[in-house]
Amino acid sequence: MSDTQTLERDDAPAAGVPEPDDAPKRVRRSPGEVINSLSLVIAPVLIAGLGVLVFVYYRSLDLENAPTQQRSALDWSDRLQPQITQHLTIAFWSSLLTIVIAIPIGVMLTRPGLRKIAPGVLAVANSGQALPAYGLLVIGITVGGQGQRTAIVALAIYALLPVLRNTMVGLEGVDRNLLEAGKGMGMTRLQVLGRIELPLAVPVIIAGVRTAVVLTIGMAALAALIGGGGLGITIFSGIKLNQTPVLLIGAAIVILIALVFDYAGALAERFLKPRGL
Amino acid sequence: MTSKAKIHLDRVAKTYPGSKVPAVDELTLDILEGEILVLVGPSGCGKSTTLRLINRMIEPSGGRIMLDGEDVTKANPDKLRRRIGYVIQQIGLFPHQTIAQNIGTVPKMLGWDKKKIAARADELLATVGLDPEQYRDRFPKELSGGQAQRVGVARALGADPDIMLMDEPFGAIDPITRDRLQNEFLRLQEELHKTIVFVTHDIDEAIKMGDRIAILGERSTIRQYDTPERILAYPVDDFVNDFIGTGSTIKGLNFQQVSSLTLPDYPAIRPEDSADVARGKLDAAGEEWLVLLDDAGHPQRWLSTDDVAAGPSTYGEKGEEVGDTLNQDDTLFTALEHMVQSAAGKSCVVDESGRFAGVVEMAHLNKAIRRAQYEAQRHYEEMERA
Repeated sequence: MSDTQTLERDDAPAAGVPEPDDAPKRVRRSPGEVINSLSLVIAPVLIAGLGVLVFVYYRSLDLENAPTQQRSALDWSDRLQPQITQHLTIAFWSSLLTIVIAIPIGVMLTRPGLRKIAPGVLAVANSGQALPAYGLLVIGITVGGQGQRTAIVALAIYALLPVLRNTMVGLEGVDRNLLEAGKGMGMTRLQVLGRIELPLAVPVIIAGVRTAVVLTIGMAALAALIGGGGLGITIFSGIKLNQTPVLLIGAAIVILIALVFDYAGALAERFLKPRGL
Repeated sequence: MTSKAKIHLDRVAKTYPGSKVPAVDELTLDILEGEILVLVGPSGCGKSTTLRLINRMIEPSGGRIMLDGEDVTKANPDKLRRRIGYVIQQIGLFPHQTIAQNIGTVPKMLGWDKKKIAARADELLATVGLDPEQYRDRFPKELSGGQAQRVGVARALGADPDIMLMDEPFGAIDPITRDRLQNEFLRLQEELHKTIVFVTHDIDEAIKMGDRIAILGERSTIRQYDTPERILAYPVDDFVNDFIGTGSTIKGLNFQQVSSLTLPDYPAIRPEDSADVARGKLDAAGEEWLVLLDDAGHPQRWLSTDDVAAGPSTYGEKGEEVGDTLNQDDTLFTALEHMVQSAAGKSCVVDESGRFAGVVEMAHLNKAIRRAQYEAQRHYEEMERA
């Protein structure tokens, strides 16, 4: 998983290479593609394996006879399940906010008029990510007070960069000749954007969204620090109470959620990619 | 071809901001309906810029562009471009769309209904020599370079525009395929009669494709603007002469046909004619070689004075075979090719039924070239006087 993905471009066959004009071109799958589709099968198996492992570990804890703190912290219907729901809620709204902000900004920054200020905006977005997430949350408290809403906004800002950058890279990576051809046939700017640029940038944009979502799920554990809830509560109480099983279970669930969504992102990259690419 | 100006450029100029030297300097040009006008010139002369000024991919900084007498300099550029087919060297097929969708790009924007668009795509695929059944649902990456360029042409023809702009359309294609595409395109143009502006840096392509050629110098100034044959016969200055390069006179032979020559009688004998008859004919004509015909009058062999000495029985073994013969509609270039391969240094011409009709010699070509040069020169002198 990376936030900048190289674009595979099928250029017209190199000049000067005689090619039988009427022989249909064979399209071979590159080794990379084969590995990619293999990983789509293997990844869920590994994730399920990890899930089973966590479940078995959870069951083996013998919560009936465990210390009170451990027992109450790891109670499924009282603690873990609501926390998972909170965690997903935070991650969902935060990711959505990221997407809704970053993609339009990315589109605007690649338009001729605004292209000049793109490096500046990228620098700001960069510093957003360079800032420790904890710091961002603290700043959030001073602006928006404690609570889930502040956590959502802070995390959305934190995850802005990958989506913004990938939107820009994806759009900039579209072959200029295609834009020239589209414009030359009388497409308006909006049509060039909607019919050529965005569809062709989709794979790169989705890769950015996937990064952002996974990032947000991981970072949502910090929401607990400012009263936003989520699985961070379990993790931090595990640390504070020196209860390793509590810490482990909390962290493991976060990891599992992140892996599941990463896999969903991989599927989306694969199946939302326009045909013909 | 009517002589109505389909496209009229009136002192069109382009100066890029921040540059003092114009890229295109007050270009005035008439492009007639149904003709292929080739803009040709060295790299960086502004020929592509000129082409892109016509559909306002580049906005002119001065002058007017008229299509069908209508000033489009201030018209909506997107709507203008939908009326003009545009083919670029890089083709620019949309990789995420099928061939049929690519071809339907402009019709779709013009709001045609789906059935009509699909039918049009099939029709155009057939026009450019691709089987619709096989190709309409393919994606561009499944095509070879030559096929992709055919689709590029089909897409430009999508909404049946009167005008096509082609920017080095065959530039990135291997020579064999390029030649084939050029020929197919010329054949297509005979049916379609589009008004075409074609940019190339290759003078041979210009000569082949152009009804008229504009040779452009720096800043897109017109150095010579005429038919290919007149340019080859009479390059107006050293720049044009250098640009069309060596062999221009010989290339000019492509534009004259054997039928334009008046061929004098040439000595020929029948298989039964004696050595004396043969020698008599040779002496009378003052020639070194005569042509042996068969009973039907088809030329067979070149025979010299020595070859005929032993009489009719040995005619079949002596001398040299005539080889390929010329028809009336062959070009003088072909005649020259045959000539330099022939033992006699001449080439036999036959009529429609293959019977001997005369001989083309170097002197004929020489005369034909000089006549073309003279006519071109007179044309330019008259123009100057007028």
